[in-house]
Amino acid sequence: MSEVALNDTNVAAGAATARAAVLNRLRATDTAFRTLTRLAVYTVLALLSGVILALVVGSVPAFKAFGFSFVITEVWNPVTEKFGALAPVYGTLVTSFIALVIAVPVGLMIAFFLTELCPMWLRRPIAIAIELLAGIPSIIYGIWGLFVFAPFLQKHIQPFLIDTFDGVPGLQDLFAGPPYGIGMLTAGFILAIMVLPFVTAISRDVFDAVPAVLKEAAYGLGCTTWEVFKHVILPYTRVGVIGGVMLGLGRALGETMAVTFVIGNAHTVSASILAPGTTISASIANEFTEAVGDLYTSSLIALGLILFVITFIVLAIARYMLLRIQQRGR
Amino acid sequence: MNIASSSQAPVVGTPVATHAGVSTVGLSEKVSIRNLEFFYGDARALKNINLSLYANKTTAFIGPSGCGKSTLLRILNRMYDLYPGQRATGEVMFDGENLLDAGMDINLLRARIGMVFQKPTPFPMSIYENIAFGIRLYERLPRAEVDARVEQALRRAALWDEVKDKLGASGLGLSGGQQQRLCIARTVAVKPEVILFDEPCSALDPISTAKIEELIDELKQDYTIVIVTHNMQQAARVSDFTAFMYLGELIEFGVTEKIFTAPDDKRTQAYITGRFG
Repeated sequence: MSEVALNDTNVAAGAATARAAVLNRLRATDTAFRTLTRLAVYTVLALLSGVILALVVGSVPAFKAFGFSFVITEVWNPVTEKFGALAPVYGTLVTSFIALVIAVPVGLMIAFFLTELCPMWLRRPIAIAIELLAGIPSIIYGIWGLFVFAPFLQKHIQPFLIDTFDGVPGLQDLFAGPPYGIGMLTAGFILAIMVLPFVTAISRDVFDAVPAVLKEAAYGLGCTTWEVFKHVILPYTRVGVIGGVMLGLGRALGETMAVTFVIGNAHTVSASILAPGTTISASIANEFTEAVGDLYTSSLIALGLILFVITFIVLAIARYMLLRIQQRGR
Repeated sequence: MNIASSSQAPVVGTPVATHAGVSTVGLSEKVSIRNLEFFYGDARALKNINLSLYANKTTAFIGPSGCGKSTLLRILNRMYDLYPGQRATGEVMFDGENLLDAGMDINLLRARIGMVFQKPTPFPMSIYENIAFGIRLYERLPRAEVDARVEQALRRAALWDEVKDKLGASGLGLSGGQQQRLCIARTVAVKPEVILFDEPCSALDPISTAKIEELIDELKQDYTIVIVTHNMQQAARVSDFTAFMYLGELIEFGVTEKIFTAPDDKRTQAYITGRFG
C-alpha cells in the first residue's frame, strides 16, 4: 500500500495536507481542553481566596471595635452592641470533644470487629449500614434529636447523671443543673452519631492495611484479641486513625443544623455539660436574619472566620497524618 | 470424618510405615501427630498425616510449593483458627493433650509452641519492648527481672552485642537479619517448649542465613524445633529428622542423613536431586 502512495506524489502530498489539517484540529482541541482544566482550578482557588477575603474584610469592624478580646469575651448583647466569641467557641469545642469521646472508641471497635472478627457474609451489610448513617441529612438528626432524643435524655439519662455525680468533686459541676433535655451533652451525642461513620470507615481501611503476618506474629506469642488490638494494631495504625479522627472532628466543628436544634442557643459559658450553650455555626444560623447594625453582622462574620481557621487547622493536621501513613505504607 | 483410617491406625508407640527407618532409642516424643487431616473449606489439604516430633531435635518439613508443609506447621500452634472455614481432624498429642481439642487454651498453647515467620515481624515498638511485651503477657515481674530476661533472650538469639546500646530504638530500624533474630529472641523470651520456623531465612542474605542456622542448632539443646524450608541444603544442614511431603501427603519421614542419601521413595529421591519442585 505504501508503495502505491509513494508512486503517486500527488496523492501523497494530498494525504500529508489532510493529515496536517487533522493534527491542527486535534491540537486546537487539546489546547482548549488544557485551558479549561486550568481554568477550573483557577476558579476554585479564586473562590477560596474570595471567601477568605470576604470573611476577613467582613470581620474587620468587629475586631476593630473589640480587638483580640473579642475571642475571650463571653458577653453577647445585641442591645448594647457588646459582642464576644467565647461562648460559641467554647460550645463548639466542648460539643466536638464530647462527640469524639463517644464516637472514637465506638468507631474503633466497629472497625476492629469488621476487619478481624466479623464473618465474611456480615461485613458488607454492616459496612453499608454505617455508610447510610453518614448519608442521613443533618436536619433529620436535628428533628429526631429535638423531638425524640432530647426528651428521652431529659426523662431518663440526665436525672440519673445529676443524681449519680451529686457530691462527687469535679464531676458534680460537670453534670449540674436541671435536666433540660437540650444542651451541650445532647448536641455532643448527636454529633457523635454523625461523626461515627467517618471514624469507622477510615479506621477500617487502615486496620485492613496491617500485614497479616504481623497479626499472626502477635497471636503466635499467645496474645488475646484485645492484646493484639492494643499493642500491635493500634500502634501500627495510630497515624491513620488520628487522621480519621481529625476528619470526623472537622465535620463535628462545622455541623450546623442538627446542633442548632438541640443545643439550646444560650450565649453562656457554663461548666455543666447539661446546660444549654451555643456553637459558632448555630449562632450564625440563628441570628443572621435578625442581625441589624454593622457591628452585629460583622461580629457574626468574625465568628465565621474563627470557625474557618479552626476547621482549616484540623483538616490540615488530618491530611498531614494521612499522608504520613501513605508514605509509610507498602 | 476419619473413622475408616483411624480404625486401621497402628497402636500408638509402634512405628508406622513412614517411620520405618527411625530407631526411637534415646528419643522422647514431644509431639505426636496421628491421622491428621486438614481442610480449607471443602478442599482437603492434608491427608492422613502420621508423624512424631522428638524432643531436643530439629525436624525439617520439605517438599514442593503447595505440598502442605506450612499448613502442617500452622496446625501445631492452631494458627489456622484465625481463619474461618479452616479445620483439622485427627490427633496432635502434645504432652498428653490433643491440641486440636476445642477446649484447648489457645493462648497458652501458643506460648508453649512459639513461631518464627517467613518475613521478620517486629512489632511497632522499641527493641526492648518487642521482647518485654511477650514476657509481660504471662508474668508480672519487677523491672530488673524483665531487663534480665530481655538481655538473656537477646543473647540467646545472638543479637545482644549488636543492640545493647540501642534497646530504646525502634525494632523496625534493624536490618532484615537482625529483625529475624529479634523475632527469635521474642519467641524464646516467652519460654516455649517447641519453636516453629516457617521458612525463616527466605527473606535473608546468606550471612544472616548462616547466623540463623547456627542459632537453630544451638536452640535445640533447650527446645524442640520444627522448620519448614524450601532450601534442601538448609534442611540437610540444620535438621536431625526430615519429613518429605508431596500433594498433602507425608511421603517419607526419617533421619535426615538417610532421607538425603538413601531415600526409600522414588519421589523423595526425585525431589532432593532437584528433578521437580
